[in-house]
Amino acid sequence: MTKRKLLVSVLLLLPLPVLVSSLFVGVYSIDPPTVISILIKRLYDPSGSAPWPEVYETIVFNIRMPRVLLALVGGLALSVSGASLQGIFKNPLVDTYILGVSAGAGLGAALGIAYFPGLPGSVQALSFAMGFAAFFTTYTVAKSKGDTPVISLVLAGVIVTALFSALLSIIKFFTESEKLAGVVYWMMGSLAVTGWGPLSQIAPLILAGFAIVFFMRWRINVLSMGDEEAKALGVNVERDRFLVLLASTLMVSAFVSVAGVIGWIGLVVPHTVRMLLGTPDNRVVVPASASLGAIFLMVADDLARSVASFELPVGVITTLVGAPFFLYLLKRRGGSAWK
Amino acid sequence: MEVVSVSGLRFSYGDGFSIWADSLRVSEGEVLTLLGPNGSGKTTLLKCINSLLQPTSGRILLCGRDIRSYTRSDLAKAVGYVPQSHTPSFPFTVFDVVLMGRISYLSLFQQPSGTDHKKAEEALSTVGISGMRDRVYTNISGGERQLVLIARAIAQEPRLLLLDEPTAHLDFRNQVTTLRTIRRLSRERNIAVVMSLHDPNHALLFSDRIALMKGGKIHMEGRPDEVVDSKTIEEVYGLPVDMVEHSGMRYILPARTDDGP
Repeated sequence: MTKRKLLVSVLLLLPLPVLVSSLFVGVYSIDPPTVISILIKRLYDPSGSAPWPEVYETIVFNIRMPRVLLALVGGLALSVSGASLQGIFKNPLVDTYILGVSAGAGLGAALGIAYFPGLPGSVQALSFAMGFAAFFTTYTVAKSKGDTPVISLVLAGVIVTALFSALLSIIKFFTESEKLAGVVYWMMGSLAVTGWGPLSQIAPLILAGFAIVFFMRWRINVLSMGDEEAKALGVNVERDRFLVLLASTLMVSAFVSVAGVIGWIGLVVPHTVRMLLGTPDNRVVVPASASLGAIFLMVADDLARSVASFELPVGVITTLVGAPFFLYLLKRRGGSAWK
Repeated sequence: MEVVSVSGLRFSYGDGFSIWADSLRVSEGEVLTLLGPNGSGKTTLLKCINSLLQPTSGRILLCGRDIRSYTRSDLAKAVGYVPQSHTPSFPFTVFDVVLMGRISYLSLFQQPSGTDHKKAEEALSTVGISGMRDRVYTNISGGERQLVLIARAIAQEPRLLLLDEPTAHLDFRNQVTTLRTIRRLSRERNIAVVMSLHDPNHALLFSDRIALMKGGKIHMEGRPDEVVDSKTIEEVYGLPVDMVEHSGMRYILPARTDDGP
């Protein structure tokens, strides 16, 4: 018990040091003590003179800081949505994209890249809107007689994903090659958007979605017992499930709209948290997943920025790290990982 | 005091199978058993009483109020439901599962409080399974799970307890302990109990009243000695039986056939 509390405390505190050390990483080399001094100066003496070139401050505050924060909220969004959807679908193997959100967001982004190249923010807006549209299509298709069985949601998600992917293929087919490269690069997922603009637009949406899931996290335990049992315990299953799905979609669509499809985090992080802490209780799993997800994506993005002389898409890194790690968990824990 | 009263109830699945229950009443501290073969409508009737299924016609009063006027959470404060146990997807502890019984007392964004934890502990000790609190629900036996689900229902602080075949899949000893626990809870806490059972002997031993069900209808209803004899059991189950007496209690046994038991 106390060991678990210690682990949780460490997990919840760790994002801060990871955030600060992620500011050290980048193409332009600024040594860590200088970065720390820049941070301290900004906190206590913003207008004072400094021994380092002014461009250093621009790099730390206007390039690295928003990017690292984007990784932080993105990792949080993907893993919290993964944890909550796994509860709703009563299945620990569900990923954030099960509702068709990624296919919708991908189609939206492709439309933006191919047909509105000059319009600022069009890719992001279309991607967010289409991600949401995909979710509502899935939900509407699955709903019958005021009831939305989980199995219908899964099937509807598969259908909607297939449909939106086919539409995406049509758009790719009619798009000239340099724009097509943009679509392909977007689909790989990257945090290379610059500045505070996109972050300030999506962070409130992600935090709103997170707040809903955070306060409903114990309720998700009950929902994971099955519809009939939850109803008999007094839960308005339809309403509660819709709220959690909506909150998840809000978080994921918002993040995907600026960063593209970054896979595996929603699956790997909640799983790791459950195994690490030895409990499926979402009262602990949701905040711990938020924290570990944020850490995971910040570190993955540090690697994406530093392992090669050019930048790698971070989605490739999360998959390269996530898939083998998941395999390791599976082999080590055997079937008991799913019980 | 009367806790449930069912009158003129009819429910149809739309595939030809329907159930009828003209009149059924259960009072505080009373155990009513629905006894009948597979497919006689016991589970359907239980689900109607808990509003998990909506009757086609008829009326169910719970504590004097029409059941349709209850919200889902108000209903859960009055009615504890013990389903046939299944394996959930996540390895919650026994305590986690029992605590879930408190959800009807919490608002949408609320987490269980110290009071809820205390009520869950009390429910565990009432059922006599406090020693199991930290065990993993997915790893315990069927009999233990049944008791955990009963404790969860008790944490709801219900006036009425509905149990769907609480002895299914249990071994000989667990069947008897579970039924004893149910009867004790009904007496101690003045809870009205409606449960479905397969075995006429269990019904004879542990019921205040029995409703014999056959083909979706209540065949007979009354005190065990009025309802259960070799004739009525044979009518309902379609199997010749004998009735024997042993130390003041009556038992139903399958009748001997020409080529042996």
